[in-house]
Order: sequence, then structure tokens, then C-alpha cells
Amino acid sequence: MAIKLKAKEKKGVLQIKALMNHPMETGQRKDSKGEKIPAHYISDVVIQVNDKDAITANWGASISKNPYLSVSAAGKKGDKVKLSWTDNKGESDSTEAEAK
Amino acid sequence: MKRRTFLQGTLSASAAGLAAGAGLLTPGAVMADSHGGGDMAAAFKLDNYDAAMEAIGAKDAAESGDIKIKAPEIAENGAVVPVTVSTEMEGVTQIAMLVAANPTPLAAVFNMGEGAQAMASTRLKMGKTSDMVAVVKAGDKSFTAKQEIKVTIGGCGG
Repeated sequence: MAIKLKAKEKKGVLQIKALMNHPMETGQRKDSKGEKIPAHYISDVVIQVNDKDAITANWGASISKNPYLSVSAAGKKGDKVKLSWTDNKGESDSTEAEAK
Repeated sequence: MKRRTFLQGTLSASAAGLAAGAGLLTPGAVMADSHGGGDMAAAFKLDNYDAAMEAIGAKDAAESGDIKIKAPEIAENGAVVPVTVSTEMEGVTQIAMLVAANPTPLAAVFNMGEGAQAMASTRLKMGKTSDMVAVVKAGDKSFTAKQEIKVTIGGCGG
């Protein structure tokens, strides 16, 4: 599990881009034995700028494997951007980056 | 969801259904009460497009030309379809993305907090050719726009 997070300031707006490692199983696929692979996907994403929630997202299994995300929020160089996710099995991960 | 807005939504959906054509907004679709709550996790498990739209309060959403969808017209690989939804509207609180023909149509709901711009970009899985539907909530109204994306290789078979 790992997250790549980048935030770049342009005219007072942070362009936040993230790439998360996650299988994002839909629950529809079957393995080689014909048994269904249980759904396993990121259901909640929180993006904070300087410890304040800027954008939160709810996801379903229709998001691609190893999800990519790009959003923007007001901010400046040096701001602390934090991304956290939780999946439907209760696993979670988070990372921080400084806005450039 | 409040019962009153729900009823209004049913009425306007009939009109919107004519405009939208293609039976996407089917009037009189089965809508169970249990789908009306604010339970987001449940909304993502709905296997019916109309129910999913209702669950995010977009049953009565008006089509809008102010929503920009940036997505390929033809996706060679349905497993990874890049989609960007943005709008110049004021007071946007939510941007949702749906893939009408997917087994669970609701793909993502982005909640825009303080300072957030009305833009969201991600990559979606698409099982087959379908409309990608964007729903933008601005103020207390919902607006929608859609784009058909042709898929040559499905994304749900692995």
C-alpha cells in the first residue's frame, strides 16, 4: 500500500493529484476456480489542507484499480496537504505532502 | 430524502425523461423507500441507475450545459477511462459520477468543502459502452450532464 501525493500551487489554487495503490475489486469478478472474488474497494477519501477538510469523496467499485484522483482547492505554497482513504474492509492509509 | 422533494422529483422526472430520451430517466421506475436515506455506502451498492440517481438526490436534476465532462468518446480499455467533471457554477457542494450501464452505476461522489474548486478528475471502470453521467449539486439544486463513451474492451471481466 502506498500513496503518491502531489500538490502544486498556481494563482492561489492548489492542484492536488494522487495515485493510490489498491486492487479495487468490484465483487463481480471470478477467480480461476470460478469463485467470486469479494468486493474490496476504497469507499472514503478525505483530502485536508492544513488540517481542514477540503474535499471528501465517497467511491464505489467502478473506480479503476490503483485509483487516480485530481482535485483543486484554495491554498498557497508550503500548505500541508493530507490524503487519507478507508476501504470497505476497514483498511486505511494516509500520506502528507507540502504544496509546491 | 424528504418525501416532498421526492414527489416533486417524480413529476419533473417525467418531463426530463422526454428531454433526455433513450429511457435513461424512466418515469415510474421502481424506487424503494430504503434507498432514500443518506446512507452513501448503500447508494454505491445499488444495481439500478434510477435508484442510484435518487439515492444521491438527483432524481429531479435538470440537464445543464454548464457542466463540462472531459472523457474519451471511445475508450480502448474499459478498465481505465479517465474522466474529468468541472463547472463554472457558483456554490457547488457536490460532484457525482455515474456509469449508467455498470452493475453498480454510482461510481463517485465528491463533496466540496471550503475552498475546493468545482472540479474532480479520476479514472473509471466501464463494463461496456454507456453514458457517463455527471451530477453537480449547486445551492439546493442538482444539475446533470452526460456523455456516451464507447468501450471496445470491457473493464469488469478482468
